[in-house]
Amino acid sequence: MNSRLIFSIARLLLVARWRQTLVAAVGVAFGIAMFIALLGFMNGLNDLLDGLVLNRVPHIRLYHEIKPNPIQPIELSTGHQNGHNFISSIKSGPAREAIYNEEAILAAVRKDSRVLGATSRITTQAFFNSGVVHISGVINGLDVAGEINLFHFKEYVVQGNVMDLKHAGNSIVLGKSLAALLLVEIGEVVQVTTPNGNRFPLKVVGFFQSGLNDIDKVQSYVSVATAQKLMSRPSNYVTDIYIKLKDIRRAPGLAKTYGDLFHLDAEDIQKANAQYETGSFVRSLISYAVGVTLLTVAGFGIYNILNMMIYEKMDTIAILKAIGFSGKDVNRIFLIIALTIGIAGGACGLLFGFLVSLIIDSIPFKTEALPTVETYPVNYSLLFYLIGAFFSLATTYLAGWFPARKASKIDPVIIIRGK
Amino acid sequence: MSNVILECRNLIKSFYDPLELTVLKDISFSVNKGEFISIVGRSGCGKSTLLYVLSTMDTDYSGELLIDNEMVTHQSEQQLARIRNAKIGFVFQFHYLINEFSVLRNVMLPALKLGRFTTKEIESRAMEKLKRVGVGHLAGKNANLLSGGEKQRVAIARAMINDPAIIMGDEPTGNLDSRNAQMVFDIFKELAESYRQTLLIVTHNQAFAENSGRIIEMDDGKIVAK
Repeated sequence: MNSRLIFSIARLLLVARWRQTLVAAVGVAFGIAMFIALLGFMNGLNDLLDGLVLNRVPHIRLYHEIKPNPIQPIELSTGHQNGHNFISSIKSGPAREAIYNEEAILAAVRKDSRVLGATSRITTQAFFNSGVVHISGVINGLDVAGEINLFHFKEYVVQGNVMDLKHAGNSIVLGKSLAALLLVEIGEVVQVTTPNGNRFPLKVVGFFQSGLNDIDKVQSYVSVATAQKLMSRPSNYVTDIYIKLKDIRRAPGLAKTYGDLFHLDAEDIQKANAQYETGSFVRSLISYAVGVTLLTVAGFGIYNILNMMIYEKMDTIAILKAIGFSGKDVNRIFLIIALTIGIAGGACGLLFGFLVSLIIDSIPFKTEALPTVETYPVNYSLLFYLIGAFFSLATTYLAGWFPARKASKIDPVIIIRGK
Repeated sequence: MSNVILECRNLIKSFYDPLELTVLKDISFSVNKGEFISIVGRSGCGKSTLLYVLSTMDTDYSGELLIDNEMVTHQSEQQLARIRNAKIGFVFQFHYLINEFSVLRNVMLPALKLGRFTTKEIESRAMEKLKRVGVGHLAGKNANLLSGGEKQRVAIARAMINDPAIIMGDEPTGNLDSRNAQMVFDIFKELAESYRQTLLIVTHNQAFAENSGRIIEMDDGKIVAK
């Protein structure tokens, strides 16, 4: 009964000052809408930029690093066991680049419930011959199906048919910039010289474009079998295993586990691409800061309007107190007014934020560097909406709290005799 | 003893700003049920201050105050609000209706707060009180559309809605022309005589005071005649 009464009084006061109420609610709605649109857009861009690199990069890469043998021959010599051996000018030896037992490792890794998938790769340097010019590049031998599944390979092949790589022998997908340098078209043949001097003709079946010119200028892709043939290696020769995890944050820990388990070098994505994490973090931070600022400004608007309302409604407050409403009741009336503004403004703000996001999402955005992008990217994460809703309530509650307290402390005697 | 509605013992109240000034100097008296009392005195003699202390809205005093045999001094703010709601009806000089509400709603408000009856019952009680003070036809109007005399009569209806132990008035006729003042006085008189309603009214109006049942005269913070 009491709370219904308090709600009806709050409603009447709100209606009596509906213009100010509307302005306050619009302030909140604007703040929330901008917060949602800004965060959605910023995070959309973040995802896009991170995707440029992170989509194609394994969360964990297992390989043999070229490095000097940790146990040098002198350590094994029985005559030099007692004492320190100083060796100068150590060089890396001709260690085997291939991964032993790659089938078993792949099977073991794929069985791990934390792993989304794993594929094997062969990476080698090569020269592309174009007339008398030799252009250096990198040839990646890959498991085509696995790459399409795990690393979005298909999205980056902008011309030609990616499956030809698998089905046609001696075929190659060239980086778009590399193809431009070599002056080759799809269907033509490109000559490749491997580090051990073998020369191969490979048929170009597609162009690859990542959006990063440095990569497109050197990278090319063949199937694992073709790569093995190029390097005159048996069919179990593999230099890298790429692993994609379900949760990217586990990469450092799992990388260490796998490295120790398989006696391989393991590199996790956080170590390899730390700068991208930092970039996304700073961008998110800026957008949150701007959003919170907008909401705070809206909060001050509510504070002002409630303060005004209290000065205007002194008589009403005094009369309510004189006829038996306690300070707590008056406090609740003004808090309800503030929260009503917050809820209404916040709900409209969330809706408008979503609409603005939709508008941004439909603005054309075409760039050479990003072949897969048609419009400005927007992230519709529910989290932003929850944060927006929470903040609209929190700021309006705080903005209402001080005026409400003031109203509850008003001494009716001063007002009643003050006329 | 059970006939006493309001009793105060040794009330002392001082203001400290800007100078220490004692406005109520050791005031003791009691009000019996059904009495119609006027408090008179010169401006600044402390009669309004006394009324606000008795009304429980001003708690900054020393001494003791009992309303309906219940000790009021040192009660919590919430308790005092409850006592005001249930036991005291107010009529002020400047009417003090809530302008956003209709007349009927203004009258219903203290009863809705008290919650002793259902909304339907409160509505019919409010209508009955409005009719008793002669403004039943104005029930649906907004409070800010009423004339001064009409507002004051609505305020009296509101003061009566919870059947309070005592109705207090601070110069209820002070802002009215003589015709309306007479009308308000007649209502008070009828309340006192027909319904044995206890009334405690601060007034400047000599004719008003003389026609009430008992006069308390104050001068310089003291009661000089009961």
